[in-house]
Amino acid sequence: MDSDLGASQRVRTLTTPVSEADVRALRVGDMVTLEGTLFGIRDATLIHLFDRGRTTRFDLAGHAVLHTAPNVRKVERSPQFPTGYAPVCIGTTTSIRMERFTRPLMERCGVRIVVGKGGMGEDSLAAFRELGGVYLAVIGGVAALETTWIESIDDVDLDDLNPESLWKFRIRGFGPLQVAMDSAGGSVYAQVDAKARSRRAAVLAKLGIR
Amino acid sequence: MDVDTRQVEDVARELYIRALKVLPDDIKAGFARLDRDETDAGGKRVLGTMIRNIEVAESTDNLLCQDTGIPIYNVTLGRNVHVDGVDLEAAIVRGCERATREHPLRSSIVHPITRENRHTSSGTRVPVIHVAFSERTDELAIEMIPKGSGSENNSWLRMAVPADGVAAIERFVIDCVLDAGGRTCPPTIVGVGVGGSADLCVHLAKVAATRALGSVCDDPEGAKLERALSAVVNELGIGPQGLGGDATSFAVHVELAATHITMNPVAVNMQCHSARRARAVLTPAAVTYGF
Repeated sequence: MDSDLGASQRVRTLTTPVSEADVRALRVGDMVTLEGTLFGIRDATLIHLFDRGRTTRFDLAGHAVLHTAPNVRKVERSPQFPTGYAPVCIGTTTSIRMERFTRPLMERCGVRIVVGKGGMGEDSLAAFRELGGVYLAVIGGVAALETTWIESIDDVDLDDLNPESLWKFRIRGFGPLQVAMDSAGGSVYAQVDAKARSRRAAVLAKLGIR
Repeated sequence: MDVDTRQVEDVARELYIRALKVLPDDIKAGFARLDRDETDAGGKRVLGTMIRNIEVAESTDNLLCQDTGIPIYNVTLGRNVHVDGVDLEAAIVRGCERATREHPLRSSIVHPITRENRHTSSGTRVPVIHVAFSERTDELAIEMIPKGSGSENNSWLRMAVPADGVAAIERFVIDCVLDAGGRTCPPTIVGVGVGGSADLCVHLAKVAATRALGSVCDDPEGAKLERALSAVVNELGIGPQGLGGDATSFAVHVELAATHITMNPVAVNMQCHSARRARAVLTPAAVTYGF
């Protein structure tokens, strides 16, 4: 199901889990809205999973992970709040801190989609290319809006790390998100960085610096 | 005036929550200006989403950003304001902890070595509390800044030397903006500290980054420097979120201090587009909230 975004840009809807072919079809500049399940991860989650040998009961194969740590409210457990947590404010954190965990997330857990902000580096880009993955850019700092895309917190693991637990969110219309790094080696961040650095000399010249 | 520290505790609690939910008017005006001037279609789309988020946060009474930041309280004591300083600090810490527990807010504060989170937004020397004095007022003013980590993680100090000149300062600022790219959640306010000692220089960069848009450095040379840097920073093309466009920064702000004859230090600290701050002024008659 596709819809239009502004000036004729197509928004593709992907329901998780996705296949390798699904993400390999995406290219930098495409717009994607996610449906289904989204897993929330953070620095401590990844450090404990990959540096300290902990494991999760969640199956992340083909899934999307979001760089986040939510604000939640403790509530009575109920069908609506099976974890005893209600979402307060859920947004996205800077991805680059977690650069070295992209490959193990994909290799060991089968993750296909990383959702974050600010972009990731060359190691992640290589992992996306070799293993079939993609980075989708959320607009950072728009958490009030992002929270409206979260239907519920369905489950939580490694909750001793709260708020840096491994969260399982049910989402509805999560996006649109921009494909910012793809499996063909494309990275909007690398493009923008190269362009900005090419303008450095002209900017310094305007300041009177040779 | 005699300060009631129970009232300070309530104000410290209220300020943290207000700062997280309502963006100051000067930042909203800054967004309107950047949106008007943006020539990149993608950049325009990103700015539009940010502006929509400000409206959603207010209409749903929610936090603008999930990052509750490092809580900073800047306290200014005017003339004849009487308070026990120890009680004042303790009241601010209690208010910060109550905001976290009672709203509730995500506690973003951990021990730096054990990484233990006490779920109070407080810990050793946090919240950060700065106390200053003003001869121009007879009030107690408290400013609260929840400083986001995305921008705080991009902070720099360079101990340049006199032979490097002002060019070293300008070049350093431009290179910091380039290195930060989209990580600082642009559009940013680029805060530049010039002079002082190493620690004062970094502190001044933070003061500059958290100053209201439209404010100007008190020192004419600092004001000249911020004008020059503000005029060119958006020619780099980094754009909102580092995805390309004109709106890399709302402005470059400079704060300066005298320095040593052998020194020429420069520091950069950035404020993200969720440039949150809240302020309360306490007088014997009332508490007035603003930015």
